[in-house]
Amino acid sequence: MGAPAALQACPSSLDNRISIWSVGDLGNVGLNGEYQGEPQLLCDIRHNGDVMDMQFLDQERIVVASSTGNVTIFRHHQNNQTLSANQRWEKAHYHVDRDASCGGAACTGVICSNPEIVTVGEDGRINLFRADQKDAVRTIDNADSSTLHAVTFLRTTEILTVNSIGQLKIWDLRQQRNEPSQIFSLTGDRVPLHCVDRHPNQQHIVATGGQDGMLSIWDIRQGTMPVSLLNAHEAEMWEVHFHPSNPDHLFTCSEDGSLWHWDTSTSVSEKPSFLHQGGRSTTYFSHNTINQSVVSAWLSNDPTKDRMEITNLIPNQTLSVNSLDILGPCLVYGTDAEAIYVNRHLFA
Amino acid sequence: SEQAAGEKPHCELQRTESCKVQVTAEGGKGKALCGEGRPSSSCVFVVRKDQDIYIQTLRKLFNESHGIFIGLQRSEEEFAGKSRKTQLVQVSKNYRSVIRACMEDMHQAAVSARDPALHSQYSTQVSILSAMELIWNLCEILFVEAAVAGPLLLRLLDWVRLHVCDVDNMVREVLSSENPSKHELFWNVVDVFVLQGRMDEARHLLSKEASANPTSVNMCRILDDLMKKMPVPSLGNTQTLTEMELKWQHWHEECQRYLQDGTFASNSHMESICKILLGDENAILEKKELMTTWYHFLVTRLLYSHPTVKPMELRFYAQSSMDLFLGGESSPEPLDTILMAAFEFELHQVIKECSIALSNWWFVAHLTDLLDHCKLLQSHNLYFGSNMREFLLLEYASGLFSHYSLWQLGVDYFDHCPEYGRVYLELHIERIPLNTEQKALKVLRICEQRQMHEQVRSICKIMAMKALRNNRLGSALSWSIRAKDAAFATLISDRFLKDYCEKGCFSDLDLIDNLGPSMLLSDRLTFLGKYREFHRLYGEKRFSEAAKLLLMLMTAHIAPCSFWMTLLTDALPLLEQKEVIFSAEQTYELMRCLEDLTAGKSDKQKFQDDDVETMKVEMLRLALARNLARVIVKEGTLEGS
Repeated sequence: MGAPAALQACPSSLDNRISIWSVGDLGNVGLNGEYQGEPQLLCDIRHNGDVMDMQFLDQERIVVASSTGNVTIFRHHQNNQTLSANQRWEKAHYHVDRDASCGGAACTGVICSNPEIVTVGEDGRINLFRADQKDAVRTIDNADSSTLHAVTFLRTTEILTVNSIGQLKIWDLRQQRNEPSQIFSLTGDRVPLHCVDRHPNQQHIVATGGQDGMLSIWDIRQGTMPVSLLNAHEAEMWEVHFHPSNPDHLFTCSEDGSLWHWDTSTSVSEKPSFLHQGGRSTTYFSHNTINQSVVSAWLSNDPTKDRMEITNLIPNQTLSVNSLDILGPCLVYGTDAEAIYVNRHLFA
Repeated sequence: SEQAAGEKPHCELQRTESCKVQVTAEGGKGKALCGEGRPSSSCVFVVRKDQDIYIQTLRKLFNESHGIFIGLQRSEEEFAGKSRKTQLVQVSKNYRSVIRACMEDMHQAAVSARDPALHSQYSTQVSILSAMELIWNLCEILFVEAAVAGPLLLRLLDWVRLHVCDVDNMVREVLSSENPSKHELFWNVVDVFVLQGRMDEARHLLSKEASANPTSVNMCRILDDLMKKMPVPSLGNTQTLTEMELKWQHWHEECQRYLQDGTFASNSHMESICKILLGDENAILEKKELMTTWYHFLVTRLLYSHPTVKPMELRFYAQSSMDLFLGGESSPEPLDTILMAAFEFELHQVIKECSIALSNWWFVAHLTDLLDHCKLLQSHNLYFGSNMREFLLLEYASGLFSHYSLWQLGVDYFDHCPEYGRVYLELHIERIPLNTEQKALKVLRICEQRQMHEQVRSICKIMAMKALRNNRLGSALSWSIRAKDAAFATLISDRFLKDYCEKGCFSDLDLIDNLGPSMLLSDRLTFLGKYREFHRLYGEKRFSEAAKLLLMLMTAHIAPCSFWMTLLTDALPLLEQKEVIFSAEQTYELMRCLEDLTAGKSDKQKFQDDDVETMKVEMLRLALARNLARVIVKEGTLEGS
């Protein structure tokens, strides 16, 4: 997220828009002298197809994945507060015949590491793009026989993907062969995995969320099965994010309308108190783990010492929470009730 | 359209007498003219889609009111009695504040719209929303809060003050001028305050007149005094109605005395104000332009002639007010009819008139639901079986389903229609276009939560077929697993096997090697998994295990008969190995399988078999025989097998 601005997109067809909002309150007077507490719409632009995923490439550019299979870079011009389409890769994802009118396949996930952009889609394809380069740097066709739901960087040259038959795969982009370097899968039923995120500091720790709302923590150095399975939501978990600067905190959002804050900062006296309206419901969990000798709280195996505090941040849940993002003390999430919520005092 | 509210179809129909048939498309939302089937009729119907759901700013109305609606349904029996009423009034206020918020947004949009057509559309919407809020507010006072005599008048005064804004500009102008009392519209503004019962503000202006005009100081003081002393109903329990009426009677007589003494004779403005205070209808009517509406006139009349009016008495005053105000010059508009019905406490009439006047069901659906929660609607059934509330909610929700995103709101509305909600949902949910997998997943989740198993299977089948057609076998399998659709899993496995036969190798090994427990979904799938395992074992040179597996596939009838030939052919390299792999027992089994296979064919089939087929069978027989020979010898020697 850039400066005090957050991002929002309406996830529907026909009149979808990419919008930039400002939630700054540090001396910024609203355009009409309005109450600065409300997010202000700065600018927006039409988008073709549903917005499936998006990410900031740098301070000014945003990469957007569309349900039509296109991948677009938008540029936000801060001097006159406008958005413009900077670059587009048409039909980056497609089924069978690229030129057929119905050949488009949704691009489901995008991840950036300036200037590289990796996208995955319903066609099981992985694309590696470079900003300002017209053609894809690399394309892995049929990388997966099922739908790839999400992608994230593991290291600068390695990516992680999750698919709809419950597999987590590592791909080494330096290698020319079109095979994953490692495949992990869930025990038991092959429940589709919808989201993936890597611990910001400890790169071997990966979290994934599944269609049954289960949160899985993996240690990719060891074994092919998850380290912990945490029963969380009652429906699909759409996104999972480690807090970028405070990785003892994890956030997940789900189709069941809840947004959970997972806190593993183990010392009870040090835990931050969360001020938000509506009260909270907390549960103490000790998760079932496999024996590990690792330091991280996420992989810890001592049930008495290790207690995770889990809080539902939404008091009156109705429709699905589709997406969330966090930066510093600020949490943004969007729901199917066509509303965005901003919480600027997460650790107050 | 002259149909009763209970029969209103989903789209608007206008009867036109015309024999032409034309189809026009308006900006993507088609308009169609259709002729009626009967040969004797020459009627043509103009049909159009409900456009309101596509207006951007109204979406906020739909989304927010959905939240309020759900909250109301969930709060059902938590409270009782007085606190329940307070709760319901709060819900009503919430709805109204959402309407007002939308009005604001719509107004902003109208102001900033450059296209005149758009500007006029938005402005129209603003006035419609304003009318809706006006009606809702009145219904809240009369039905939800059910204000009693006393507070009733106060609420009505608030209502009028809130909604008659035509005079606001004038008021602002006069108040902000250097010398208000010298302003030409000064007395108009004082009149406005008096008509709206805003005594303090009127007195404030009068004091300005007093200081500016020494000759009228005395009159101003007296008038000010009268205004100060005017008894008003109280909201609390500080006085009973009888007490208030008594005080009011005395005050009224005092005003009468001053008027008859000619105290205000030298100033026509103040004299007319005094007459208004006395409730003189003609005097009040003279200020028609300042009141602008008959219901303002009604409330002013009540304030100055009958402040302790009871709810049931309103109808008489309302009817006469409207007649007096309109004076036969103009006929009542739809809004007037609706308000009149409300004053007459004819709930059903209100709902019916609103249904006719408004272009979509939002208003009547939510208002009726609220009134139903207030237990004000009798539950008599309409002729097709469901009650008024449910009928309106069903219509509203059905309208939402034609929208690509608002359909999710519709689901919750159907959930709260006990009679027909479920069946409506079942029909609508299957028709939502599934353009992305994520959307399909959302729809599926809704179906699963409501045990709509048939719809789950149907949707999963659609998605699986789509995947299959796009050659996404893993996706197709994933959908079959979700629906526990064994038949489809079999179909997918057959596809894999077919690919294998054609290409000689497996595609999508990442899928087949990682089937896990889902392998058990269908026999064919199990076979596929095991068959792949056989290949893996062979690749790892674990021949005896591979051999055992291969045989088991046939003898345990896991393999389909059509595949036996392929399996037997796969056995060939094992039979040809230097070391003996198949035991005698196993070899006999293999031979039996082969014979079963060939015996099954009729003579005609054997004749049609090409050379390759026959050669294969011959080769197998030979290999089996040789293996048998070797193994008998091996097993028979004293060194053991």
